[in-house]
Amino acid sequence: MSNAQPLLDVSGLTKHFPIKGGFPIKRTVGAVQAVDGLDFQVAEGEALGLVGESGCGKSTTGRLITRLLEPTGGKISYRGQDITHAGRRDLAPIRSEIQMIFQDPYASLNPRQTVGKIISGPMEINDINPAGGREARVRELLEIVGLNPEHYNRFPHEFSGGQRQRIGVARALALEPKLIVADEPVSALDVSIQAQVVNLLQKVQRELGIAFVFIAHDLAIVRHFSQRVAVMYLGKIVEIADREDLYDNPRHPYTRALLSAVPEATVDQEPRERIRLTGDVPSPINPPSGCRFRTRCWKATEKCATEAPPLVQVEGNKPGHLTACHYPETADAVPAPRLSKDPEAAA
Amino acid sequence: MTDEATAKLTASDGSKGSEGRSPGRLAWKRFKRDKTGVISAYVVIFFFVIAIAAPLIAKLYGKDPYTTYASANPNLLNVFSYPAGPNGGMSSDFWFGIEPQLGRDVFTFLLYAIRTSLGIALAATLLTVFLGVVIGVTAGYLGGKTDYLVGRVIDILLSFPSTLFFIAFMPVIYGLFIAPDEDIPTWLRATGLIIVLATFGWASIARLLRGQVLGLREREFVEAAKVTGASPRRIVFKELLPNLWTPIIIQGTLMLPAFVTAEAGLAFLGVGMIDPTPDWGVMIQRGAMFYTEDITFMLFPGLSMVIFVLAFNLLGDSVRDALDPKSKR
Repeated sequence: MSNAQPLLDVSGLTKHFPIKGGFPIKRTVGAVQAVDGLDFQVAEGEALGLVGESGCGKSTTGRLITRLLEPTGGKISYRGQDITHAGRRDLAPIRSEIQMIFQDPYASLNPRQTVGKIISGPMEINDINPAGGREARVRELLEIVGLNPEHYNRFPHEFSGGQRQRIGVARALALEPKLIVADEPVSALDVSIQAQVVNLLQKVQRELGIAFVFIAHDLAIVRHFSQRVAVMYLGKIVEIADREDLYDNPRHPYTRALLSAVPEATVDQEPRERIRLTGDVPSPINPPSGCRFRTRCWKATEKCATEAPPLVQVEGNKPGHLTACHYPETADAVPAPRLSKDPEAAA
Repeated sequence: MTDEATAKLTASDGSKGSEGRSPGRLAWKRFKRDKTGVISAYVVIFFFVIAIAAPLIAKLYGKDPYTTYASANPNLLNVFSYPAGPNGGMSSDFWFGIEPQLGRDVFTFLLYAIRTSLGIALAATLLTVFLGVVIGVTAGYLGGKTDYLVGRVIDILLSFPSTLFFIAFMPVIYGLFIAPDEDIPTWLRATGLIIVLATFGWASIARLLRGQVLGLREREFVEAAKVTGASPRRIVFKELLPNLWTPIIIQGTLMLPAFVTAEAGLAFLGVGMIDPTPDWGVMIQRGAMFYTEDITFMLFPGLSMVIFVLAFNLLGDSVRDALDPKSKR
């Protein structure tokens, strides 16, 4: 991590979706705490992976950074400029620098527009006139993402899922952004196509020096793509570290459980010890007190229920490796018990 | 096959036609294959052409719908004021026969009747669709309180027994513009009809479009436009509306024949256009007075209207199938 000012600085980011109920007058009866106090930074040109189970707030985080959603609390600054509650007009100069790639390539392209129109749309909106005209620039972008420039006048329905996602990448690149939020960009694609798109994104990231917030639930892809990885659980970051550090030396029990769930490709190897988490992810409407993972953790104690562990550099961590746990795992720890303990007892 | 390979392949076979086939062009191709649709389209076009060209045809034919030819030539009608000739007085002079009692020419009267009825129905459809699109898209896009309010107004309008209210409201509309003892001019009758039909017609199309917009608003391509900084105006006109043309066109083509029959029904009941203005409803109303003695006079307006409404409805179905092939039963 560089010591210079980070490109994106997120602190205490919170998003609660109100639940309306009651009759005849509707009022707020509760809130889904989708994202609850996130702190992280993204340096220029860095790829940060954001992993976690479904419903842990990854996508919400992505939409908060791109300001598609209005944060409930916390602060987002881009190059030192506070954009937490900036309106559409205030955002205008920054819009072109933060772009997004969407999950579903079948929903993210307007079926009534040609590829040329889709990709040149962002330039039109931001009144950017590249040398040689917009059309030439679009053809160039199509080439960059590995599509034929002749496809300029075609419609999205004429392309496969992988090709559509490439169009989505070209659209994101049209404004020459400094930061791209990729919201599960390959999870809707066939496995054979996933690698191609990930490699394309990697090429883009390296050659154009674009920082990425890469949201995914596939640990292997995140490992391949990101320099730094943050693990989320129920709206909070439980661990954040450099890639190798996190994969080789996970300190949070949840990270360990996640990593142990990655399927193994080698056949001959001794079967690795798997940590099976029992129970479901608790509801984000009413999350557990203290540490949110305690209801499924085999190490949970009284302290975990009363005191929320801060995200800090715990003993034995390299700089930049932050873990939110009272009882961090150690590298040579005995394999985790298979949860002989009744999870209800911890609750 | 890999993605790269498909890309290359489509590129090579697309060398002669790099122009993409737009959804609209695909729909046109599907429509052309639908025989019922094409025939219906020709019938509908025929009706519109004769409606537009009515004065020209009347001039070539040498008669007009207002002259009572029987007063100049009493031989045309018998002592009971019914056409003297067979088949309602059809002859080389009067192609569709002569009207009983007044002795007007049925052919030109029918031409002008189609002209009036189609004009009113078309204007009412355009106004209805315009109102429905504006209100529906606004409610769907803004959501919240606006949506709630518009939704309740639509509920109320849709629960009205509309025919009853047409009858009740027409005099009210006339009363707004003209003193009760004055004659109601034809233009006011036409405008009144258009306004009343549109007032009660926009609700269904607005509700449909509101639902469509609610669905589209959450689609990722709208979010993508927002991320690039698109204004609400641009999102509505460039991202949402192009995806709404299908339901709009389908609703419009099904609405027009409904308005033709509604307008004729009102004329028949005496609250729409009235004699001597040529109108489909007026003709059928007059035909109903004499049908026991002179069925021919009723046959022409009746049959022509059935053919038109049937053709237009079939056309509407074909248009829907062409634009929205998934909804095919």
